[in-house]
Amino acid sequence: MKTICLYFEIHNIINLKRYRCFDIGRDHYYYDDYENERTINDVAERSYIPALTTLIEMAKSNNGAFKVALSASGVALEQLETYAPRVIELLHELNETGCVEFLCEPYSHGLSSLANEECFRDDVERMRVKVKQMFGKAPKVFRNSSLIYSNEIGAIIADMGFKGILTEGAKHVLGWKSAHYLYHCAYNQNLKVLLRDYKLSDDISLRFNNSEWNEYPLFADKYIGWIADMPQEEQVINIFMELSALGVAQPLSSNILEFLKALPICAKEKGITFSTPTEIVTKLKSVDAVDVPYPMSWTDEERDISSFLGNILQREAFDKLYSVAERVLLCQDRRIKQDWDYLQASNNFRFMTTKNTGMHIERGIYDSPFDAFTNYMNIVGDFIARVNAQFPEDVDSEELSSLLKMIANQNDEIAALNKELAALKKDAPAAKKEPAKRGRKKKEE
Amino acid sequence: MFGWEFPPKILGGLAVASYGITKGLSLQGDVETTFCLPKPTGEEENFLKIIGMNQVPIVWRDVDYDYLKYRLPNYTSPEEYYSFRDHIYADFSYMHVNDLGCMEFAGGYPQNLHEEINNYSIIAGVIARSREFDIIHAHDWLTYPAGVHAKMVSGKPLCIHVHATDFDRSRGQVNPTVYSIEKNGMDHADCIMCVSELTRQTVINHYHQDPRKCVAMHNAVYPLSPELDAIPRVEHPKEKVVTFLGRITMQKGPEYFVEAAALVLKRTKNIRFVFAGSGDMYEAMVNLAAERGIADRFHFPGFQRGKQVYEAYKNSDVFVMPSVSEPFGIAPLEAMQCGTPSIISKQSGCGEILTNVIKVDYWDINAMADAIYSICTNPALFKYLQEEGKKEVDEITWEKVGLKHRAIYDELIRNYNK
Repeated sequence: MKTICLYFEIHNIINLKRYRCFDIGRDHYYYDDYENERTINDVAERSYIPALTTLIEMAKSNNGAFKVALSASGVALEQLETYAPRVIELLHELNETGCVEFLCEPYSHGLSSLANEECFRDDVERMRVKVKQMFGKAPKVFRNSSLIYSNEIGAIIADMGFKGILTEGAKHVLGWKSAHYLYHCAYNQNLKVLLRDYKLSDDISLRFNNSEWNEYPLFADKYIGWIADMPQEEQVINIFMELSALGVAQPLSSNILEFLKALPICAKEKGITFSTPTEIVTKLKSVDAVDVPYPMSWTDEERDISSFLGNILQREAFDKLYSVAERVLLCQDRRIKQDWDYLQASNNFRFMTTKNTGMHIERGIYDSPFDAFTNYMNIVGDFIARVNAQFPEDVDSEELSSLLKMIANQNDEIAALNKELAALKKDAPAAKKEPAKRGRKKKEE
Repeated sequence: MFGWEFPPKILGGLAVASYGITKGLSLQGDVETTFCLPKPTGEEENFLKIIGMNQVPIVWRDVDYDYLKYRLPNYTSPEEYYSFRDHIYADFSYMHVNDLGCMEFAGGYPQNLHEEINNYSIIAGVIARSREFDIIHAHDWLTYPAGVHAKMVSGKPLCIHVHATDFDRSRGQVNPTVYSIEKNGMDHADCIMCVSELTRQTVINHYHQDPRKCVAMHNAVYPLSPELDAIPRVEHPKEKVVTFLGRITMQKGPEYFVEAAALVLKRTKNIRFVFAGSGDMYEAMVNLAAERGIADRFHFPGFQRGKQVYEAYKNSDVFVMPSVSEPFGIAPLEAMQCGTPSIISKQSGCGEILTNVIKVDYWDINAMADAIYSICTNPALFKYLQEEGKKEVDEITWEKVGLKHRAIYDELIRNYNK
């Protein structure tokens, strides 16, 4: 029996403000609040609210036959909480129907999976906690920012206890294989891999409203017909897209929501079900390992990371930012931690792309990749200076980490030593000098 | 073709562009170009026919062959002289002519420029009557009257090339005489080639020309000669060098360069600024730099010529062209050839065909300062702009421009008088 796994992503970038080199060291606030409020409200009104309302309606009217998966990045949730709480309410309402599964993703929507394992784990762990807190269930399936995936990333995610991961069904990885099966990670067979069917996904998210497309207009029965016509053995059809595709990329006037509503009804007629990723990874067996030695993603024609790290500007910015990753993890300053999340967002790197994709590249406030680079590097310059001001620069991170641990534990240790001292005092009054000295030394450090 | 400047005598961008266009055309093999210059030096390259306006008679003089042989430079034969003499069309004996019946030209841009323009156009009438040609191409407003005259005489299509308009030169305060010459030339032209879309819009909106006959024809650059290519690039590990190179005049926006420099120097001290060129705002700029308290970081090496220009490019880490209005602006392309990243104003025509440069509004000194700072402090950006910029500019060749000219010529001749 065929099953459709429908998944939507919610992510909104935190817009950086125009930050000149003169602001370095003077201004530590990097965001354009007005723009943030405007964009999030715009997307919420045009897309999130109507789309989520429709999903809730679908969940209620199909008696549990319709299932959907959602994920939101931590930074997007923060923004929604601040500016568009209605969306959060709808997410809760959807959660209550029981037809939705919330997935985990890096809190920052960043590229830490490519840079620093510790940082990546921290990023994922915080999101896992947040999802648990908000929706009451710890997520079991993970999706990386922009569906970036490689064997190493799979191994880390498996190690963190996730059962499945979502990624792109990229041609260059699959070759003759089909994305309509369940696979597992080449480094750890406990982690199942769900591959996106980019043709069927893009039919909705990219082409739905395109009147020049030869399948236009697309109706639900035709769409489900394509799925039904696939070979009987192909069982999992993964349709992943951004939630904003419903309403922003494809306007509501194209009746995309009506199309969506009709999907479960048409699917029922053909005997096709809907499943959440967790249901798929627990019920189905994987057919083979999928070997991804180099990272892939769902962006651009190449389906790799070249739109984030394709040129030397992007790599330079990336290296600069992650050069302080360890220090940020060690520090306790909340503002630094928050800025760290916001600066990591992969969109910041995407603005710097110089790839000629033949399509219009959304660059936000920047008019060229160089402009984006300059602004970002100014901010990162200030950020790094702040991180470095937290701890002396000449102490290397490992040493620093052990020193910090020592400071954190100093009270326990002093108490333990005092106990020992008291015990020793009882036995031999002459031996009290040495431990007292040790205790003082610790304090000085 | 009618032109005012031609290498080796280079006064500005006009000479370089004239050379590039004729060279690009000559490479096609079946285009024969005659270039009329007020006062050739005799050292021009010989891929095209040069006519010196100062060797074309307008008053009949009885001179014998041997005397002509002695008097005329070797690129003009006595036969040509006689052929011109046979086509004198009016009595110009009231004018000041020499022993050959020719007028003298000072060349360049003398005080009596308007008189020279008029003389140039009189002689053009003689040439138009005596020579066979298919198309007339006039470069810049100085030669428009000559072009119009030649068109009237010969009935051949006229193509004029707008390298700059008076609106660019004067920030809007146009000289009415110049404007009338420009407007008249454009009104008579069958095709107006503008060096950029920016200029094209000026021509359409300020000179009220039919958009259908205006085309944007971007300039190009010649590959660096081996001699210039061999000039080594100077690395500045400690102090970066930022260069402005061009006439220090209102059109080029020099004051914005100084203001941006002052902002950059508030942030860092490790940058030096070079202000190469001369012009009417030179003193004002020296004063401004002193007023901002950054004169110690500013250098004014004066007007650079020939090889010095390329040495200056290769000795820079950033080249800045903050022009208020630049019809095209070949300088950033040259800087990019030398591997120097460029910052140009959005009001520059060359920005239309370049992507690996940083574009800012000329008045946005904050953005300009930010861009300068960014290139100087981020080696990755410098390297990217250097490498990709060089690749990009190597693709912009006069050969391609020549082919575009040819296509327009062909169409013009085909549709003329239909």
